[in-house]
Amino acid sequence: MENNKAYLGSEKYIASDELISSVNVAASLNRPLLIKGEPGTGKTMLALSVAENLKMKLIIWNIKSTTKAQDGLYVYDTVQRLYDSQFGEGDVRDIKQYIKLGKLGDAFTSEERVVLLIDEIDKADIEFPNDLLWELDQMNFYIPETGEIVTAKRRPIVVITSNAEKELPDAFLRRCVFHYIAFPDQEMMKQIIKVHYPELENNLVRAAVNAFYSIRSLPGIQKKPSTSELLDWVQALAIGGIDPHLIEKEMPMPGVLLKKDNDMEIWKRKFGGGAADARAAAKKNITGYWRS
Amino acid sequence: MFTSLFYGLRREGVNVSLIEWLTLMEALQRGLANSSLISFYFLARSLLIKSESQYDAYDRAFLEIFKDIETPPEIIAEALKWLEHSAPARLMEQEDKRPDLNWDLDELKRKLAERLAQQTEEHHGGGNWVGTGGTSPFGHSGYNPAGVRIGGESLNRSAVKVAAERHYRDFRTDETLTTRQFEMALRKLRLLSTSVDGERDVLDLDATVDATGRNAGMLELVWDRERKNKIKLILLMDSGGSMNAYQRLCSQLFNAANKSTHFHDLQFYFFHNCWYETIYNDPYCSDRNSISTYDFLRQYGYDYRLIIVGDASMAASEILMPYGALSWWATNEEPGQKWMQRLAGHFEHSVWLNPIPEKYWGMVEGSYTISLVREVFPMFELTIDGLNAAVKKLKVKK
Repeated sequence: MENNKAYLGSEKYIASDELISSVNVAASLNRPLLIKGEPGTGKTMLALSVAENLKMKLIIWNIKSTTKAQDGLYVYDTVQRLYDSQFGEGDVRDIKQYIKLGKLGDAFTSEERVVLLIDEIDKADIEFPNDLLWELDQMNFYIPETGEIVTAKRRPIVVITSNAEKELPDAFLRRCVFHYIAFPDQEMMKQIIKVHYPELENNLVRAAVNAFYSIRSLPGIQKKPSTSELLDWVQALAIGGIDPHLIEKEMPMPGVLLKKDNDMEIWKRKFGGGAADARAAAKKNITGYWRS
Repeated sequence: MFTSLFYGLRREGVNVSLIEWLTLMEALQRGLANSSLISFYFLARSLLIKSESQYDAYDRAFLEIFKDIETPPEIIAEALKWLEHSAPARLMEQEDKRPDLNWDLDELKRKLAERLAQQTEEHHGGGNWVGTGGTSPFGHSGYNPAGVRIGGESLNRSAVKVAAERHYRDFRTDETLTTRQFEMALRKLRLLSTSVDGERDVLDLDATVDATGRNAGMLELVWDRERKNKIKLILLMDSGGSMNAYQRLCSQLFNAANKSTHFHDLQFYFFHNCWYETIYNDPYCSDRNSISTYDFLRQYGYDYRLIIVGDASMAASEILMPYGALSWWATNEEPGQKWMQRLAGHFEHSVWLNPIPEKYWGMVEGSYTISLVREVFPMFELTIDGLNAAVKKLKVKK
C-alpha cells in the first residue's frame, strides 16, 4: 500500500468491516470510492473519519446544483484581470496570477497525500460526473490559458457521496469502488449511541432503539427517522429524565424523530390515543388518493 | 481466474465490464482479498457492483458459483440433532473477538470427526463438544475464533454465509417501490425540462463578464435561453373496484407526484375502470364533482403529459360496447375504446402504468382488456424499472 497504513475506523465513527475494506481497496487501487446510502447513515462522516484515522488533510468539495466540473479544477479570474488592466495594477501579462485552483486542484498540488471529499455529487448537473472522468482517472488537468498541466503529486484518496437523487453515468461508475451503507441494525445502532453518549444507561438506550425501529417499520411513514435524529432523541430523552419503561409504550417527544405532518398523524393514531383527532385531520386532508 | 463469476453476473443481468474485471484482477494480485473468501466476497462486490439494487443479483451469482464451499453435509446430518434445542445465542463485542489465524482446516476436521465419534448426547454452552452457545469450535450460536458452524444462523459472522442471507433482496429495482423512489423516478421527468427552444433573451452575466474579459475590456454581451421546467403533467387514476388491492402503491405514487414541485403544472383526475363523457375530480367518482371529458380536452393542451394509472382489468363490454359502462346510470353512447383513442389522440405524450406486474399481464382475469388498452396506450408496470421506462417514453413523441 502506498502509504503503508490502512484505514481502521475511528473512535467516533463505527464502520462495518466491509466499509473499512472498501476504503482500503479504494486507497490502494487509487480509485475514487463512491458511497451511497440512506440519508443519515454517515456518508460524509466517513471521509472525516478516514482523514482523522490516516492523519491526512481533508479537502471538502461541496457540490451544489450550480456547481460545474470546471469550478473544481481552476477559475480564471478574468474580472480581476480586467480591473487590473484598466487601472494599471499588477502584471496583467502574467496570466498565472489570475488562475485560482479549485478544490480538486488544491488536492492535486498538495505535497502530502490528502483525502478529497466530493460531497453529494448527485446534486450537480447530470453531466457533471462525466466532466470529471479524465481528471479523476489520470489525476491531472490542463490549463489552456497558461499552457500548464497540473498533475497530482500524491494521488489523493477520493471519497464521493451520493444520495441517489440522480442516476450517475455508467462510464463514471465503472471507475469507482462502490459501497452502499446499509441502514445500521439494532446492535450496531446501540454501538453508535454508545460512541456518542458513553454515559447513557443501557436500558434507556435499548428501549429507545427498540422504539426507534418500531417507528421506522410503521407502514406508511414517509420520511423514516435516521441515525442523527435518533441521537438527538436519545439525548432529549436523557435530559428529560424519561423513565425507560415508558419509552416504548408512549413514544415521548415524537417531534424530534418525525418531521412530517402525515407521519405525525400516523404516530398519533398508533401511540397518541387521539384516534378522533386523527380522523378529523384525515377529513381535512382530502388530497389523499384513496377514499377512507 | 473466477471467470465463471464474471459470466454468472452477466447472466443475472449485471453488466460487468472488462474495466471492472481487470481492476478486480489487479486488486487480487495485490493481495487485497487476504486469501479469504469473505474478503473476496466484499472486494469483488465493491469493484463489480455499482448499485445497491444489484447487490441481490451479485449474491445470487456468488451463491451459484461458490455454493459448494460449505461445511460437509454428512457432518451436519449427524450433528444437527444435538443442535435442535439450542442455548441462547452468544453475541460477542467486536473487541472481544480474538481472531485466531493460526488454525488449520484439516486439523479442525480431524478434531470434529473425533468429537463426533465420542459424543453421544446434546451439549450446550460448553467449550468442547458439538453444541450451541458455547466456545467449542463446533456447533452454532456460539463463538470460536476458528470454528465450524453447523446449522443455525450466523451471528458473529465467522462463517461465509453472507451471500446466502441475501440482505439486499429489498433493493431490487424490479420490486415495487416506496414514495421516495417514486419521487426519484418522477424527478427524472425534469430532464426534458431544460429548454432547447425559445428565444435567447436572458443576459448571461458570467459569460458576458468572461467574454468581455477575453475581449480585453470591450463589452461583449452574451444571451442565453431561460431555463424553466416546462413539463405539465396530468395523472389520471383508476379508483376503486379491482384497484383496491393496489391502494397503497397508488397512494405512494399520488403522494410522490403531489410532493414534486418541479412540474410547471400538475393535475389529478380520476375514473373508474374506463372513462366516458365525464372524468372525475376526486377519487369518489361522483357526478357532482366531475368535468365533461370534452371540457377536459379543451382545458388541457396537447403538450400536457398524460399518465394513466389503472389495472386495465374490467369486462370487455366496458371498453367495446356503447352503454357498456359499469355504472348503472351510465349513458355512454360511444364505447370506452373510442374515448381512450380520443385522449390518446389529443395528448402527444401518454403512458399507462399498470400495478399488475408485466409477467402476469397475459394470465390475469383482465388479460383481454389489458391487451385492448395496450393497443391504444403504451403500458408499463408500476415498478421503478417500469416508471423509468415510462418517463423515457414520455420524453419522445409517439
